[in-house]
Amino acid sequence: MIINRDNDRIRLFNRRAVVLGGGQSLLVSALVGRMYYLQVIEADRYRMLAEENRINLRLLPPPRGRVLDRFGEPLAVNRQNFRVLIVSEQTRDLAATLDALADVIDLSEYDRDRVQKEVRRRRSFVPVTVRENLNWEEMARIQVNAPDLPGVIVDEGLMRHYPQNQTAAHVLGYVSSVDEDVLIDDPLLQLPGFRIGKAGMEQEFDLVLRGAGGTSQVEVNALGRVIRELERKEGEAGKDLILTLDQRLQRFTAERLGAESAASVVMDIHTGEVLVMVSTPSYDPNAFNRGLTQREWNALVGDPRAPMTNKAISGQYSPGSTFKMIVALAALEQGAITADQTVTCKGYTELGSRRAHCWEGRGHGAMDMVQAIAQSCDVYFYEIASRVGVDRIAKMARRLGLGSSTGVGLAGERDGLIPTEAWKRATLGESWQKGETFNVGIGQGHVLATPLQLAVMASRLSTGLAVEPVLTRQMMMEDTVRQRPTKPFEVLDFDPAHLAVVRLGMFEVLNGPRGTARASQLKIPGVQMSGKTGTTQVKSISMAEREAGLPDIDEIPWNERTHALFVAYAPEENPRYALSVIVEHGGSASIVAAPIARDIMTEVLRLDPSRKPRINDDQVAVSQPGAPA
Amino acid sequence: MTDTGFLAARLRRGDMTLAEKLWQMSWSLVFWLCAIATIGFFMLYSAANASLDPWTTRQAMRFGLGLVMLLTIAMIDIRLVMRYAYPFYAIVLALLVFVEVRGVVGGGAQRWIDLGLINLQPSELIKVALVLALARYFHSLSLEDTGRPMFLIVPLLMVFVPVVLILRQPDLGTSLMVVMGAGVLFFMAGVRLWKFITLIVATLAAIPITWPLLAEYQQNRILTFINPERDPLGAGYHILQSKIALGSGGLFGKGFLQGTQSHLNFLPEQQTDFIFTMLAEEMGLVGGVSLIGLYVIVLIYGFAIALRCRHQFGRLVAIGVTTTFFLYVFINVAMVMGLIPVVGVPLPLISYGGTALLTIMLCMGLLMSVYVHRDVQIGVRGGYDDG
Repeated sequence: MIINRDNDRIRLFNRRAVVLGGGQSLLVSALVGRMYYLQVIEADRYRMLAEENRINLRLLPPPRGRVLDRFGEPLAVNRQNFRVLIVSEQTRDLAATLDALADVIDLSEYDRDRVQKEVRRRRSFVPVTVRENLNWEEMARIQVNAPDLPGVIVDEGLMRHYPQNQTAAHVLGYVSSVDEDVLIDDPLLQLPGFRIGKAGMEQEFDLVLRGAGGTSQVEVNALGRVIRELERKEGEAGKDLILTLDQRLQRFTAERLGAESAASVVMDIHTGEVLVMVSTPSYDPNAFNRGLTQREWNALVGDPRAPMTNKAISGQYSPGSTFKMIVALAALEQGAITADQTVTCKGYTELGSRRAHCWEGRGHGAMDMVQAIAQSCDVYFYEIASRVGVDRIAKMARRLGLGSSTGVGLAGERDGLIPTEAWKRATLGESWQKGETFNVGIGQGHVLATPLQLAVMASRLSTGLAVEPVLTRQMMMEDTVRQRPTKPFEVLDFDPAHLAVVRLGMFEVLNGPRGTARASQLKIPGVQMSGKTGTTQVKSISMAEREAGLPDIDEIPWNERTHALFVAYAPEENPRYALSVIVEHGGSASIVAAPIARDIMTEVLRLDPSRKPRINDDQVAVSQPGAPA
Repeated sequence: MTDTGFLAARLRRGDMTLAEKLWQMSWSLVFWLCAIATIGFFMLYSAANASLDPWTTRQAMRFGLGLVMLLTIAMIDIRLVMRYAYPFYAIVLALLVFVEVRGVVGGGAQRWIDLGLINLQPSELIKVALVLALARYFHSLSLEDTGRPMFLIVPLLMVFVPVVLILRQPDLGTSLMVVMGAGVLFFMAGVRLWKFITLIVATLAAIPITWPLLAEYQQNRILTFINPERDPLGAGYHILQSKIALGSGGLFGKGFLQGTQSHLNFLPEQQTDFIFTMLAEEMGLVGGVSLIGLYVIVLIYGFAIALRCRHQFGRLVAIGVTTTFFLYVFINVAMVMGLIPVVGVPLPLISYGGTALLTIMLCMGLLMSVYVHRDVQIGVRGGYDDG
């Protein structure tokens, strides 16, 4: 009975064991099938994913090319920089980690805001720079506290440094973090803390200075820690850029201009090389690299003396009496007057019912051309300007380099303005008035020029050649730096006799008994400078004011005072250098601008940079430190 | 194995000497178990980045002890095992309650009892205890009684109580495994199929009610199972990385110690639950299928021993422990390949861990005991044949 019963159980058990075994076999087959699917059919896809997991491509930032002056003096270099970065993904709480970091190193409220803003903008695994230029002690403190600072990284990089601080800021420009809108262009720009040129030469030659990024393929683990480097492709260091500036003269000029709102340009008249280009007040380009606070920025932008503007190329001023050589040359060439014919100055000239005044109210008497230039007689130039006409004056001005930008290769250069009758009709819709020609005759009214253009003008007057200014002997061609082809300047085709008259006038300005700048002769025995003063009104003088007598300079508000200009070249017998100086609201050119010009030219001649061997470009390329960060 | 002469009678009576029992053991099964464990040692060596520390040495020692335990259990008279099936079940259930109470008191979800060398997890032991208890119960029940619903109340309670306790831990994977293991025993004991179908339908109907009762991480696991790429850096990360590791292994693997996913820590827990992934990454499809083949051999031994056994208790114990073994393998491998949700089930004999190894060796010891005592005659209540 029991046996029978048990036999039923056994049969049932055996039957069901077959079912169970079959079920388990099916499931095991499913496992094997799944393995086949993953490891054979989808193997390539997963292999790729595994590689992507494992391999991280890192960009190696190339060292930025240096900027050197003509003798190899560094103007912009790279300095070792320890910085602290934060990876928001690896912090449990960004604010708490920043708090902890603030206990260890100084962290301004501004930096904290900036970090939080930047973290929101970027993807959570991108490191964001918290502070740069850490010193050793701060580095050590961070390392010691590392366990409390998850997501905080310290790394070592190169940072742009301008050893001359403010002196060449406007020419060099500055580097600063990449703006959002250009983030696509070059993968290098994605690197945290990467800087690109934002102004001046840094901007103009950014691609050349930047170089090409290298790459490093590293194996990382799941936490992103680098296990080893698999492959490394070195980038290409940025190329050095050599400017024509002479840093010593640049510094001297900046110091001489001091606190004035002023600009000065010194050029080699034979090569067109700009030796000095200073605009004051200036700014510290290192500050931009570090990052300006909103207040610092507002202070820079809001300053009425415009420290951010390179006045040498962006400032447009009435050239005033420095324009008179152009009028004189136009008159001579036109035959409107000869050098010896005189015009009598009685202090003013009649123009219909109005009077046009000479700066010398008592009048200069009979003026020939040389004396008119030397004493800057306005009446003489009213007369010859009206004889020549504005359009011929404009043509002469353009021949001497005014009215269009010089193309020296700096962003922000302005054209200046040389008015013509057609220009007035086109832009103002009015016909030209005779009184306006008077104004053009003394370089005022609509006429505008930049200090660089005035230096070019002085160079052209002294050589008779179409001198063009250059700041670097290199130029960009297909992203590489090449030597600028040196071609001889065009001959301007002046009658040498005419030039001689104008030059004599300029010589007399400084060296004649009645010259407007006779007090500012060079203090080098046997060496003379030629030049021309220019004092320009920024506000018209009413009849009533003239009757009451012109007020003392100190009584006029700063921004209503006259601009003081001076253009010059030297040495007189065998010219080599030309310069221009403008002091905004400086008062009288004779008192303010001419002495500055004398001091600068004296220093230029003392150092005489054009006669010293320049730094050899090839040697610089070799001495560039090639080791990437 | 044919019965020979006088030994056949003693086999039936079960009064063999220890030496005879040793002789009767299936040493080839022991060999296959050792083979699998050896593969495990190599994998643990690789998981520790080519080091015997911290896992391989300890695991080998445990396996050695486990082997001794296996042989010892194999020699215990199967009738003794049957006699103590209920007390054993009661003790394990008490441990389970103890862990539960301590968890409530201590405030943490600690599932184990620290015994020094191993951390004892009662939820693992209950799998074996339940197999024994159910086997004993169904051994005593005639086929006719098995068909009566009244007689199913007690065994259902025996399953239900520990499952609820384990669910409260909360450990969804283990409870499901216990339910499935018990279900197979019910099935093999002869419970009608329509009763299973009724139960399954009832369970499915209960899902909308039970869903809110699940812990959030359990809900997440199930949701992530449906779509593992749902959250590639969160819950789905592990399974995605595991699939990448497996898939990138290809046909022949990246080579021993060469698994990039495992060694660069993209794999979670590569020494325990995800060790199969590492093996498949380093040894490829060939290595993975070979290991599965070894497991299948063990399963075949289990089935053969069950079918060969002359008493219902032995048959049910053999099929029960074999099924438990199968569930370990299937759930673990299916999990790391993304076929089922991530549940904490180790790979038998390979994964590092004390309780799992103990449970497996216990299972294998019982299987071996069934084999050694295959011809023993057992009465309805566990004595000698009383019919």
